[in-house]
Amino acid sequence: MIREQEDIIIQTVCRIFIPFMQIYGLYVLAHGHGSPGGGFQGGCIFAASFILMAIAYDLDEVKRRFAEKLNIFFCSLGVFIYAGVGWLCLLLGGNFLDYGKLSVILPIDPVMARYYGIAAVETGVQITVMAIMVSIFLNLVTGGTHEEEMQKTRV
Amino acid sequence: MKKLIGIVIAIAVLIVLMYGAEDLPPWADPGQPASLHVSPRYIERAFEETGVPNIVTAVLADYRGYDTLFETAVIFTAGVAVLMLLRRRLP
Repeated sequence: MIREQEDIIIQTVCRIFIPFMQIYGLYVLAHGHGSPGGGFQGGCIFAASFILMAIAYDLDEVKRRFAEKLNIFFCSLGVFIYAGVGWLCLLLGGNFLDYGKLSVILPIDPVMARYYGIAAVETGVQITVMAIMVSIFLNLVTGGTHEEEMQKTRV
Repeated sequence: MKKLIGIVIAIAVLIVLMYGAEDLPPWADPGQPASLHVSPRYIERAFEETGVPNIVTAVLADYRGYDTLFETAVIFTAGVAVLMLLRRRLP
């Protein structure tokens, strides 16, 4: 993954391409209400941009932009958002994950509260899937060392 | 000999399954039992109940919210398991 020789064509194309991939990942999330899409698909597209970055540059570039501690925090943040929305509905007097009760604290009617509740939990799914995909990729391709060994021998 | 026994068992199971498949309802039959339980309600009332035009999203995140919550938990568990098994700091 860490190469002595770097390819200027691949790196330039990826530098142009990666922001569009990330925007598209967010588009798939936001457009999941009206067309095929949602948190799982959008999260995978978003994670693919980081994997492309790791292939075109190296792992240091990915870890500099998306630190490992932040990654592990995001892994649990998504599940926390999802379960937190569920518990919020429970505290507001409804059933678990009964998004209609969110209209008590939001200035909208219950139907639109369900709409935005779905958007909130899909955001949680997207964050977890994105962080887990990046984490699994980084751990599998380096055998869990994140290439610290190569950095140590290189210095 | 072992291979022959395997082939005979496979053919026997195939015949039993084909015999059982005779009684299944035809594909895309609107009158089959699986289509009569909750599907009509989802198709007719998903939009007015959730405001989401995409029925798949409405079923995924609203009517079957528990399922998706624990799908997310499964992905989280898989990632944490990979992290615990593989991640190591070099001395």
